[in-house]
Amino acid sequence: MLESYYPIAILIGITVGLGILVMGLGHWFGPRRPTQRKNAPYESGMMPYGPGTRQMPIRFYLVAVLFILFDVEVIFLFPWAVVYRELGLFGVIEMAIFIFILLVGFIYALKKGAFEWE
Amino acid sequence: MSGYGIEDLVYILPIVFLLVWALVLVLVEAFTKRPDVTMLLAAFGLLAAVTLSVIQFGTEATAFKEMLTVDGYAVFVYMLVLASGLLSLGLAYDYNRRMGWARGEYYILMLFSIAGAMLMASAANLIVVFLALELLSIPLYVMAAFVPNDASSEEAGLKYFLLGAFAGGFVLYGVALIYGATGATNLMDVVAAALGTNSPVMLLTGAALILVGLGFKVALVPFHMWTPDVYQGAPTPVTAYMAVVAKAGGFAALFRVFIAAFPSVSADLTPVIATLVVLTLVVGNVAALAQKNIKRMLAYSSISHAGFLMMAFVTYGSALYADAVTSLLFYLLAFTVTSFGSWAVVIALEKAEGKGLDFEDYAGLGKKYPMLSAAMLVFLLSFAGVPPTLGFAGKFFLFRTVLEAGYAWLAIVGVIMSLVSAFYYLRVVRFMYFEQGDPEVRSEPVLNLVTAITVVGTIFLFLFSGPLLAWASEAVLALI
Repeated sequence: MLESYYPIAILIGITVGLGILVMGLGHWFGPRRPTQRKNAPYESGMMPYGPGTRQMPIRFYLVAVLFILFDVEVIFLFPWAVVYRELGLFGVIEMAIFIFILLVGFIYALKKGAFEWE
Repeated sequence: MSGYGIEDLVYILPIVFLLVWALVLVLVEAFTKRPDVTMLLAAFGLLAAVTLSVIQFGTEATAFKEMLTVDGYAVFVYMLVLASGLLSLGLAYDYNRRMGWARGEYYILMLFSIAGAMLMASAANLIVVFLALELLSIPLYVMAAFVPNDASSEEAGLKYFLLGAFAGGFVLYGVALIYGATGATNLMDVVAAALGTNSPVMLLTGAALILVGLGFKVALVPFHMWTPDVYQGAPTPVTAYMAVVAKAGGFAALFRVFIAAFPSVSADLTPVIATLVVLTLVVGNVAALAQKNIKRMLAYSSISHAGFLMMAFVTYGSALYADAVTSLLFYLLAFTVTSFGSWAVVIALEKAEGKGLDFEDYAGLGKKYPMLSAAMLVFLLSFAGVPPTLGFAGKFFLFRTVLEAGYAWLAIVGVIMSLVSAFYYLRVVRFMYFEQGDPEVRSEPVLNLVTAITVVGTIFLFLFSGPLLAWASEAVLALI
């Protein structure tokens, strides 16, 4: 059974080997003249400013959590839609229960003011 | 694909009711924003679920294509965790108001996690075990971090979350390996396939990984590292709640899974389990000796009690396992009553910002508050296993089973460790009665009620331990 994985093992070997080779060639033969600017962390070409662990408004976090909540809902809906015909009425009821539970969470978030930015 | 009916829902009605009720409470909390209302409704929901469980007693059924089992064993655990929920509400009510963080979400999270513990007792499928474990744990992570603007509570929540999620991974990997070895996740199919499997090592590894994952949850040594920090940092009612309910749920699932699905690997696992028991007993009790903070001391003591509970487990492959499960359930009952009582006294003395939790703060309690310190005395004696308390009966039945199974050396280790534990329990008694001090306790009616109920329970249930044991053993018969 494991024999069928040999091509994958070979591919992993080649990939890792090639990576080491390419990085190593640059390391061994390339010139190195470090300056402070070159050693600075890369920030999309901008001048780096401030430490990496800055404080962020907690609201972004809240939005992210709510996004994940409803993202998961959609992820769950896709496979359900594929087998929708085979599941029939049973599937509709199950999905209705699932969405209802999320709806309760949505109403809770709404009433607790999670969507008010100010 | 379909084929689930209303009867499936009826079999697990206590769990379904509790979950629907918790959802309703989410809406109630969102619209009224009154913690008192939510708390009262949560208590009502727990009482209703207890009633539904009582009606359920005697049912023998499987639901949802044999993924859930409802039997005496499950219903016993249902009642135990529901009662724990009620006691815990009683502990939390006054405490949360006194500390100024009364929030309705607390009670809703608790309802969800109780439903998870109940599902763990019913789970007859390894995937359901994992889902129930997460339903039990995720609300607990939030509850542990419930104190606003408190670094130690946040630390407790984060630590518990990271290590708990890690332990959940162990369980899931174990389930995957067992599925690989047997092609099944239903316990009945696993046991059937396990006999003919051609990869016993894979099955054994899977079983061992599940043991590790659930061992994290019930705090067995060497998977106990998180326990003292989390128990100390979490709000005290949460500590009391998770010490009991997480243990009850974890052990309930552990026993059902191993007895139903893995009798074929018991010869290999029993020495491992015996080693875990000895380690847990020794480390839990010896580390408790060095503690000066009562929450930390009780945390280590709860680790040692996990060791005692696990003791019943060494017999799981033998013919005696029914007796073992009976004594496990009885010990769980004794631990639940005693533990909630002792935490109630701790809460009575606790002050804001983690003050009032050292042994010195108990000095002079006996003179100033004779009733409260007498209650604490009863709980500590019960923890140590001194008659006439429930803890003695629990240890008695447990050691008897272990002796009958031929593990005399393990029973001796247990007795020696009980003696060691008496030392640190009685040290609190010494502070209460023989040291000078002036403790300050505010009388809070609900808290006093919990203390009174648990004191009466610790002593009176001991007098009825015969019938109770018969009840527990009836509950187990179905498991065979």
